[in-house]
Amino acid sequence: MATYLEFIQQNEERDGVRFSWNVWPSSRLEATRMVVPLACLFTPLKERPDLPPVQYEPVLCSRPTCKAVLNPLCQVDYRAKLWACNFCFQRNQFPPAYGGISEVNQPAELMPQFSTIEYMIQRGAQSPLIFLYVVDTCLEEDDLQALKESLQMSLSLLPPDALVGLITFGRMVQVHELSCEGISKSYVFRGTKDLTAKQIQDMLGLTKPAMPMQQARPAQPQEHPFVSSRFLQPVHKIDMNLTDLLGELQRDPWPVTQGKRPLRSTGVALSIAVGLLEGTFPNTGARIMLFTGGPPTQGPGMVVGDELKIPIRSWHDIEKDNARFMKKATKHYEMLANRTAANGHCIDIYACALDQTGLLEMKCCANLTGGYMVMGDSFNTSLFKQTFQRIFTKDFNGDFRMAFGATLDVKTSRELKIAGAIGPCVSLNVKGPCVSENELGVGGTSQWKICGLDLTSTLGIYFEVVNQHNAPIPQGGRGAIQFVTHYQHSSTQRRIRVTTIARNWADAQTQLRHIEAAFDQEAAAVLMARLGVFRAESEEGPDVLRWLDRQLIRLCQKFGQYNKEDPASFRLSDSFSLYPQFMFHLRRSPFLQVFNNSPDESSYYRHHFARQDLTQSLIMIQPILYSYSFHGPPEPVLLDSSSILADKILLMDTFFQIVIYLGETIAQWRKAGYQDMPEYENFKHLLQAPLDDAQEILQARFPMPRYINTEHGGSQARFLLSKVNPSQTHNNLYAWGQETGAPILTDDVSLQVFMDHLKKLAVSSAC
Amino acid sequence: MNVNQSIPPVPPFGQPQPVYPGYHQSSYSGQSGSTAPAIPYGAYNGPVPGYQQTPPQGISRAPPSSGAPPASTAQAACGQVAYGQFGQGDVQNGPSSAVQMQRLPGSQPFGSTLAPVGSQPAVLQPYGPPPTSAQVTAQLAGMQISSAVAPAPPSSGLGYGPPTSLASASGSFPNSGLYGSYPQGQASPVSQAQGHPGIQTPQRSAPSQASSFTPPVSGGPRLPSMTGPLLPGQGFGGPSVSQPNHVSSPPPQALPPGTQMTGPLGPPPPMHSLQQPGYQPQQNGSFGSARGPQPNYGSPYPAAPTFGSQPGPPQPLPPKRLDPDAIPSPIQVIEDDRNNRGTEPFVTGVRGQVPPLVTTNFLVKDQGNASPRYIRCTSYNIPCTSDMAKQAQVPLAAVIKPLATLPPDEASPYVVDHGESGPLRCNRCKAYMCPFMQFIEGGRRFQCCFCSCINDVPPQYFQHLDHTGKRVDAYDRPELSLGSYEFLATVDYCKNNKFPSPPAFIFMIDVSYNAIRTGLVRLLCEELKSLLDFLPRECGAEESAIRVGFVTYNKVLHFYNVKSSLAQPQMMVVSDVADMFVPLLDGFLVNVNESRAVITSLLDQIPEMFADTRETETVFVPVIQAGMEALKAAECAGKLFLFHTSLPIAEAPGKLKNRDDRKLINTDKEKTLFQPQTGAYQTLAKECVAQGCCIDLFLFPNQYVDVATLSVVPQLTGGSVYKYACFQVENDQERFLSDLRRDVQKVVGFDAVMRVRTSTGIRAVDFFGAFYMSNTTDVELAGLDGDKTVTVEFKHDDRLNEESGALLQCALLYTSCAGQRRLRIHNLALNCCTQLADLYRNCETDTLINYMAKFAYRGVLNSPVKAVRDTLITQCAQILACYRKNCASPSSAGQLILPECMKLLPVYLNCVLKSDVLQPGAEVTTDDRAYVRQLVTSMDVAETNVFFYPRLLPLTKSPIESTTEPTAVRASEERLSNGDIYLLENGLNLFLWVGASVQQGVVQSLFSVSSFSQITSGLSVLPVLDNPLSKKVRGLIDSLRAQRSRYMKLIVVKQEDKLEMLFKHFLVEDKSLSGGASYVDFLCHMHKEIRQLLS
Repeated sequence: MATYLEFIQQNEERDGVRFSWNVWPSSRLEATRMVVPLACLFTPLKERPDLPPVQYEPVLCSRPTCKAVLNPLCQVDYRAKLWACNFCFQRNQFPPAYGGISEVNQPAELMPQFSTIEYMIQRGAQSPLIFLYVVDTCLEEDDLQALKESLQMSLSLLPPDALVGLITFGRMVQVHELSCEGISKSYVFRGTKDLTAKQIQDMLGLTKPAMPMQQARPAQPQEHPFVSSRFLQPVHKIDMNLTDLLGELQRDPWPVTQGKRPLRSTGVALSIAVGLLEGTFPNTGARIMLFTGGPPTQGPGMVVGDELKIPIRSWHDIEKDNARFMKKATKHYEMLANRTAANGHCIDIYACALDQTGLLEMKCCANLTGGYMVMGDSFNTSLFKQTFQRIFTKDFNGDFRMAFGATLDVKTSRELKIAGAIGPCVSLNVKGPCVSENELGVGGTSQWKICGLDLTSTLGIYFEVVNQHNAPIPQGGRGAIQFVTHYQHSSTQRRIRVTTIARNWADAQTQLRHIEAAFDQEAAAVLMARLGVFRAESEEGPDVLRWLDRQLIRLCQKFGQYNKEDPASFRLSDSFSLYPQFMFHLRRSPFLQVFNNSPDESSYYRHHFARQDLTQSLIMIQPILYSYSFHGPPEPVLLDSSSILADKILLMDTFFQIVIYLGETIAQWRKAGYQDMPEYENFKHLLQAPLDDAQEILQARFPMPRYINTEHGGSQARFLLSKVNPSQTHNNLYAWGQETGAPILTDDVSLQVFMDHLKKLAVSSAC
Repeated sequence: MNVNQSIPPVPPFGQPQPVYPGYHQSSYSGQSGSTAPAIPYGAYNGPVPGYQQTPPQGISRAPPSSGAPPASTAQAACGQVAYGQFGQGDVQNGPSSAVQMQRLPGSQPFGSTLAPVGSQPAVLQPYGPPPTSAQVTAQLAGMQISSAVAPAPPSSGLGYGPPTSLASASGSFPNSGLYGSYPQGQASPVSQAQGHPGIQTPQRSAPSQASSFTPPVSGGPRLPSMTGPLLPGQGFGGPSVSQPNHVSSPPPQALPPGTQMTGPLGPPPPMHSLQQPGYQPQQNGSFGSARGPQPNYGSPYPAAPTFGSQPGPPQPLPPKRLDPDAIPSPIQVIEDDRNNRGTEPFVTGVRGQVPPLVTTNFLVKDQGNASPRYIRCTSYNIPCTSDMAKQAQVPLAAVIKPLATLPPDEASPYVVDHGESGPLRCNRCKAYMCPFMQFIEGGRRFQCCFCSCINDVPPQYFQHLDHTGKRVDAYDRPELSLGSYEFLATVDYCKNNKFPSPPAFIFMIDVSYNAIRTGLVRLLCEELKSLLDFLPRECGAEESAIRVGFVTYNKVLHFYNVKSSLAQPQMMVVSDVADMFVPLLDGFLVNVNESRAVITSLLDQIPEMFADTRETETVFVPVIQAGMEALKAAECAGKLFLFHTSLPIAEAPGKLKNRDDRKLINTDKEKTLFQPQTGAYQTLAKECVAQGCCIDLFLFPNQYVDVATLSVVPQLTGGSVYKYACFQVENDQERFLSDLRRDVQKVVGFDAVMRVRTSTGIRAVDFFGAFYMSNTTDVELAGLDGDKTVTVEFKHDDRLNEESGALLQCALLYTSCAGQRRLRIHNLALNCCTQLADLYRNCETDTLINYMAKFAYRGVLNSPVKAVRDTLITQCAQILACYRKNCASPSSAGQLILPECMKLLPVYLNCVLKSDVLQPGAEVTTDDRAYVRQLVTSMDVAETNVFFYPRLLPLTKSPIESTTEPTAVRASEERLSNGDIYLLENGLNLFLWVGASVQQGVVQSLFSVSSFSQITSGLSVLPVLDNPLSKKVRGLIDSLRAQRSRYMKLIVVKQEDKLEMLFKHFLVEDKSLSGGASYVDFLCHMHKEIRQLLS
């Protein structure tokens, strides 16, 4: 089966696509019986250093409802200069420019290796990237100082012609005018009042009143850029100015009395930022970067009152329907997010505070617009500083690894329909023949908008097989899917990336083995997890878990090999073997468990889970554990309490945290200072090895994981203990013996128990 | 005919006598009343040095006069009679004389007094004609105007005698405290009178008595009867004694003129013609002389006897027509008062004293009552009952200027610190400790003088009493010995029970196109740089505690952060004008010295930043709201200086539309022009008051800005409005900057509450001025400066007691400019009377006019202007008719008899009626009217006086060397000589009128041009030339400006130039273009009204 693994890997490398099933069941009925839906993880901007964009525009199918792009799967009649669309079977004439094509002279898009191809579009005015900083000033002095420095630093990372703007907020919201000499000038808004986009634009003087006099003047159009440029200026022009301005930025001067939170008008600040861009640069790539150090405490979008004695809502409050501001605030931010998405801008949230900052309410801003969400304890930590810096990292071409204003258009061949997508996107509500009525995730459309995306942004896209059982697909038939992604490259060019893939159909009754073998359990786990998380956002946690369990049991029933009512006989093939384990860890993950997490943390985790690619997602579901010892090179070990041994150093990567854990003995050695003795240099190296590895992960990961260096008995060891499979607990400790690991004080079931139950249920005929 | 007519009177005369008894009775009661007071007065006089002196004089005169009189007496009799009337008219005379008469000796003395009159006449005779005229004028002054004419020639000699007596009579009047005061002035004259018995005296008497005029009109019928008696009276006059004299005399005077006038001329017109030529000079001359004598007369006053003499003179004098010179002259009255009372300090120890006129320079010594600079009353003698008050129709009002600026030689109120216990107050009515509180039980308790409640004296305040029941330490404690003083307030008197922080000034500058274009912004910013060093500070403080802030605005607001730590100011724009707020706290209000560099930088940059603005729309309400919110956020009181150019038409709260509609004038809807367009302004004002935020508004309109609406907030917050129409830096710079400097520098109290407490019997019921009231008793002033006045009207709610009089206590709680919370207390004791005559004798016309103007100006908000004018006229007529009916002799209906103290009431009232607000001319804009309306609302008495009756000063009449201010002439075109130059000022405007045939030398030395025709009309600055005349004129202009709270821009007007129209508008004795009556016409009209009321 190595071939399938290779195939899968190859496909992912080339097209950024991972399907749950790589051979497709050929009828609707069969497909539903497969339990795991036919779906894929698609990374639209999968980094392809080997793929130079072509300098022309794609050839489209002339059928207005199709408009699929010419691709290697199309039938081409070189003599007649015709090609047949493989989605709608429309026959199309090649455009005149293709007059010279022949079997030996093919354009790139017809070559099989170009199943993914990128076109550059020269049309249309190019507008510079826009970065609008929205900065909370209700911070501690050192926090603000650190933030100011980060922001100043970021100016040097921006392309010189990028436009930057600055909005600061506290009790009031200030929109800074950047072009003025001498007196620094800002427009101030009350933090308690919700304003419409129109009002904001009026107040900022962005709209000229409809005075006939002025309309008559031809100069009018020229004034427009001038007006907007008061707030958004090219970096190279106001570099110094803005640096000074940031330098002079003071903490919010309004007094905060004892027992109160500072009044923070995040809701209005965001609203103004959105309104400002909406009025000046609609449908241009722009990032609104919100830096906040606490929860919004006033105005629309307020999450908690300013009385410190009333704590910010917890999951408990939310369950009890006791979070009085939550619904209203959520609605406010959703409205903003939708507007932003409609304008093609994205909102990043950088929230650094020890307490919650209202990410739960604000999450949609980042989720729907493809913005980043970063959560930290303080702006004065390397976690924030480096994460922020990493946003501006560049690819081998010297371009930002970010893109803007993308639309993803999915086309399917007739046997398939699109059920929906889950990821940092919003629906564009494009109904078409290939849109299913059953929705999974954001459905009801064949197009989505992804306002901000980077090279790893990944969407889960779900399909439905609609072919009826009684209308079999001819042997050897293939289903095709085309992903067309329009986006604004960070070099400000418009580009189109087209990925066309095809998979074989198989009759599940006769060729179940094929299908089974082509199962991608990793992709399936992530795709199922996305579904689960998506549901968890709107449903009660327990319901989601029950649903996941049922899906798992049904899958086991379908694909397991067992004798009825005999759990011991239960077996799963290799292609399914890891799946239950993924599900086990998923059930315990912060994406579905809210226990021990604040609502903000949950939102944060879910945000990242819904946008990362498969590898990262898997790490999130089932953290990776490496063990370092004198006995050999570092090796991955089971995420199990039995792996926690006194003479080992563990390195756990949960995506959000990197934990280095020194076993009891190691810790004692270190305490004794052996690493400093020349004769124990090997111990020093042992200690160093995980640190180096961790560094490597830290360098590559966005956002920067929390870096935890702990040891046996350390308080931070809880991060490790909460993740490992509690195979040893205080309940079964003595049955297992001391030498084999560390007991976890928990009542959670262990993987073994979970599997036992699963087997029992799978083989029972009751369900 | 006249004669005949005059004859008939005779019989009546006889009759009158019989009548008199009755009269007497009434009068007696009055008299007795008056006498009663008289005695106390004596007592009062005692203390006052001036008084003491006067009486002796009177006595001394009496004898001489008595010697002379007999001869004249007969004639005098008539005169006397007339005078008597006058006297009666004066009420004082009537009663007092009557008293005297009845009282055996009293009457005789009168005779004697008359005698002197006689002697005077003798003197007069030599003067012959002129004197008569003089007398006439005197009479006229007395109101006999017309009547005087006819009889004049024959009786003149005789008449003169009487006039003098009149004077003396008036002298005798002094019964009331007021007189006492007047007399003083007169007293000195008296001595003169003796010297120059003849002429002067009569005039004097006239003015002093001034009371009875016989306007020509009505005079006719009655006069005859009167005259009749007169003649005989004259003959018998002497014998007839004062009583008859009084009675008879008035009629004759009145009658003859009346008849004569009516017959031939017809009342009003003749007067004009006659008056002008001959009389004028006489008047002047006579007045001058008259003044002299008057003082002398003063002395006689105390001694009642003079009465007898009075009657005589007037009758004989009567000229033929109503002579403008014969009607009461404001100039004369002012000059007299100045001469009589300007020399001695006014000591406030005596209850119910009438202070000198506001036009007189005098020094005040506080001995227990508040200085007239703080409080002036319409009457210092209040009727005991509300019935009397209603009958008299004289409004009882006090014009209070709690923070008045005192001349340097008067000490400002002492500050009393009672420590933590705070000021001592009555437990029941909460009145503050004052000199009138009665300590009893050996000093352990005190009885409240306002509510009679008996309170314990707290131990720490205890002090023994001396044998008179006075506390031993009375003179050590300002609150026990002075009329005005201050307490330091405790925290209980502070808002939120927190001591206030120092106040703040916020400068809010319109930077719309208009403001930039006119150069205003640049000028203002430049000026502010230096002006900020002169913020008001507590005396002794090194620097002002006041913080400053800056805002500019057009249709959005720009706030500035000028924190000292900044290298550059920061501008914060607030465009959410619908929902104004203050965008910053720290750095908005700063100490000038600390942030000087930043402020200077800001003021340098503001004109540059907006130099290219094209924004023409402005907002208004949000601006004030912003300032108010800023003060609220800073938790302090303060003042906003708003510099605004145009009608706020930008979309914002308080948006206004142009509603100027001249068609509304003289309709029932005219009042809407004075009302604010929307309620937003009042609501805002209330909020401002609650925050102690006072607004001073500087307007620079090019067109209609709706002053009526815009001034609502300044008005209700105790602020000022300044208006510079069509502002241009070149022309108006000096005026604006001077106003601004004064306004910024003047001492202000913030967040003030004023309450006027009164002793049982009267109650403060109505308040006029720039303030806000949320209940019926507390006057709330967000800010109060030394120029602001509150007029308070009182009504009876019970009987008053003559013994105890009536007390006022005005308590003002305010925050000083250093942020100190203080209470300023002013106390004033008034007399009470059971005789109307006493009321009339102790009135103050200037104050009365102040009240009536304010009353009327408020009335136009709710009633048609015409109704307001009618109300004024009616009230005035009622006042005078009541006097005539109750205090003057009954017989002469045709004679216009005015109370001495109110003889200027008609002329002043006419000025009020003709004012722009009540009778706008074609060139007066709606904004001007609204502006003036609100200005007058907080004017003090001196300001209203000159505002309504402008001062017209001849510049070239007096020798160049003389350093004194030239004597004013009456505001009438007839008084202008085309060979002269005149200055006219009314507190707001200043004109230099150049006659067409002024000497070339004068033109050269003043204007540096060679001829009249080369003088630039409308010139606003006189060239600085090094010659005596130029220096003198410029010096005079400077000194006039220094006297007024607002800078008066000079306008040079050439005779016959088109600008002259503007100038003529201020000649208030003339008929105005807008239909305002001339003085003479109005007087006749008033007489008609009175007669109607009497019949």
